[in-house]
Amino acid sequence: MQFTRDFSHYVRAAGEGLQHIDLAVEGVHCAGCMAKIERGLSAIPDVTLARVNLTDRRIALEWKQGTLDPARFIDRLEELGYKAYPYETESAEVAEVAESRFLLRCLGVAAFATMNVMMLSIPVWSGNVSDMLPEQRDFFHWLSALIALPAAAYAGQPFFRSAWRALSSKTTNMDVPISIGVCLALGMSVVETINHAEHAYFDAAIMLLTFLLVGRVLDQNMRRRTRAVAGNLAALKAETAAKFVGPDEISQVPVAAIHPGDIVLLRPGERCAVDGTVIEGRSEIDQSLITGETLYVTAGQGTPVYAGSMNISGTLRVRVSAASEATLLAEITRLLDNALQARSRYMRLADRASRLYAPVVHATALFTILGWVLFGASWHDAIVTGVAVLIITCPCALGLAIPTAQTVASGAMFRAGVLLNSGDAIERLAEADHVIFDKTGTLTLPGLEVINAADIPADIFELAGRLALSSHHPVAAAVAQAAGARSPVIDAVEEAGQGVRATVDGIELRLGRPSFCGAEGLVGLTDDLDPEASIVAFSKGPAKFILSVRQGLRPDAQAVIAALKARNIGIEILSGDREAAVIAAAHALSITEWRAGVTPADKIARIEELKRRGVKVLMVGDGMNDAPSLAAAHVSMSPISAAHLSQATADLVFLGRPLAPVVAAIDSARKALHLMRQNLWLAILYNVLAVPVAISGVVTPLIAAAAMSGSSILVMLNSLRARSRAREIV
Amino acid sequence: MEILVILVPLALMLGLAGLAGFLWSLRSGQYDDLDGAAWRAIADDEPPQEAPAKR
Repeated sequence: MQFTRDFSHYVRAAGEGLQHIDLAVEGVHCAGCMAKIERGLSAIPDVTLARVNLTDRRIALEWKQGTLDPARFIDRLEELGYKAYPYETESAEVAEVAESRFLLRCLGVAAFATMNVMMLSIPVWSGNVSDMLPEQRDFFHWLSALIALPAAAYAGQPFFRSAWRALSSKTTNMDVPISIGVCLALGMSVVETINHAEHAYFDAAIMLLTFLLVGRVLDQNMRRRTRAVAGNLAALKAETAAKFVGPDEISQVPVAAIHPGDIVLLRPGERCAVDGTVIEGRSEIDQSLITGETLYVTAGQGTPVYAGSMNISGTLRVRVSAASEATLLAEITRLLDNALQARSRYMRLADRASRLYAPVVHATALFTILGWVLFGASWHDAIVTGVAVLIITCPCALGLAIPTAQTVASGAMFRAGVLLNSGDAIERLAEADHVIFDKTGTLTLPGLEVINAADIPADIFELAGRLALSSHHPVAAAVAQAAGARSPVIDAVEEAGQGVRATVDGIELRLGRPSFCGAEGLVGLTDDLDPEASIVAFSKGPAKFILSVRQGLRPDAQAVIAALKARNIGIEILSGDREAAVIAAAHALSITEWRAGVTPADKIARIEELKRRGVKVLMVGDGMNDAPSLAAAHVSMSPISAAHLSQATADLVFLGRPLAPVVAAIDSARKALHLMRQNLWLAILYNVLAVPVAISGVVTPLIAAAAMSGSSILVMLNSLRARSRAREIV
Repeated sequence: MEILVILVPLALMLGLAGLAGFLWSLRSGQYDDLDGAAWRAIADDEPPQEAPAKR
């Protein structure tokens, strides 16, 4: 059979006879890498563009149509020492990029308007106390209006839209008081200008927008960066499938290019990337990523296989029913839908604050107007004072209190290897006081490890590793990896379902089932091996050894559990795996609460039970069977190795082998929530001081501008204070 | 004070020019790779001996 790699799915026509591809690269950190890659790729003839984006860790490549195969670029990068893979921009990422550009444009417009209106306002402020002519003042006011009104109409869009959305769904958010404040300030200033009045508030209104936009842009940038990294990681998984393009011809194509009805080949040691049904072949498959069960399942004709299952022994032909998890186990889909509905009811801190804040402020303004009228002021003066109250209380600092703290926290998490999927995850994570861990792939590493490597002589272990390189079996792959083997033993022969053998210097080497190596006797002797481990034997002539291979616990799992306990967080294991395997893990980590053989519905039931007791649950899981419970929990986390569905459902995703990011994320989130509350109190304190001044009617535009920028800067600085501390911890 | 008639529009023009420059730089993708751009500014020109491909 013939193998080709086909990346044509990712190639786009770039016009003028050029073709374009985007690659995600791993390991680009500095200017040196950037120059090396660009030179290395430009040196290929017919390449017209090779440009590295160091922020997003991507390469844009263009070449003359039909001259080059994209696979060549990937090989070239491999030679240069970088792993690369084509990626396809998801629609979510496109939307984030567009949004972040739009916000930046708004910020540019608002900043320009603020500077110019301020330039006009300062002469008016100083002229009011010296000798400015009323005509000159009116001229300056009209000019300010000319700049501020169109600028506010454009730059205020993000706030007006969000406020309108909230109002039309009969709720309120922070953008409602902001929009009301800005519109009233501008409207009143225009009326005052027409009446040749002394004060106009164009500067305050547009400055408010500028400050708030700074907060939004920072927040959005962090989100965009996270999204880009997540996109790269997904691309670098390089999920491909061996698709039959002819009766006997196979092409290795990206999963995105597989359609239902295609037939794919699943070789031993490969992870299935599609959902489908076996049409030919017999094998054992490992479905631990889907069910949490570590025992292998026998698959034959008609057996459904799901994306994420690992093929162990035989070769299978699979007819695709859905590519990359478009269909799922019906049960999981149903549970997931219910859980997601329940989750959308969470109300963010900012919205809760604005729900309290908006009525109080608007009522205060109303009472100010009525109060002044009762005390004999004219309606005009009373309304001006009332609007001044609204301007001074317009939640500039409140609007910044949460995004700035959130940006700092998500930056700290990013450095600790945690990616945020949803914006309000930080607040929910900070409240978590009970952690439920899935076992398989979460507490344990997704790959297999040799646990008794220390008991075997190093040279024997290395030899076993080299022999293992000749087999596709996942257990053999684990042995080879553990031994750090690089060069395979020459002339090794694999006997399907038995093992590998080879002859080196006249001595026969065998690696495989204990019976294959004549080592059944040894298996009974070592009774300390735990029940879930796979036993492999290795024989070198008459000498025989036993290797025990299993999913190892994450290296720092014990320390993380201890750290969580020290933070007074409850811990429990909910696993779909067998009892013996769960007990072993619970025992090793000294976790007293555990449940084994749990179905997805049971997991949700347990979470609901805890919820009723008022416990805020953090669910950490990776399997497809965990997806509904990830959605049902108060907040959820997944390792990057998790099934697609779980990763998409989880609020946070953590990278790498250690479990430490779980604790780091909880710490950052708690600190961020503390900071958000502190910021809110600062903003409220400012209002308590400023409102009486506004009610008394002595607020001039100068006081409004100074108070507003003062409180905003105070809140921003307070958020940045945490940044320096966060760095020390990471 | 007649000078204001010249100075104020002049100041506004300068501000608008700055805004136009910002919007242009945003549109031409100059904010897409802030980390890379920082390094490109100080990168050496391509040395001729490294230019030929290895194969």
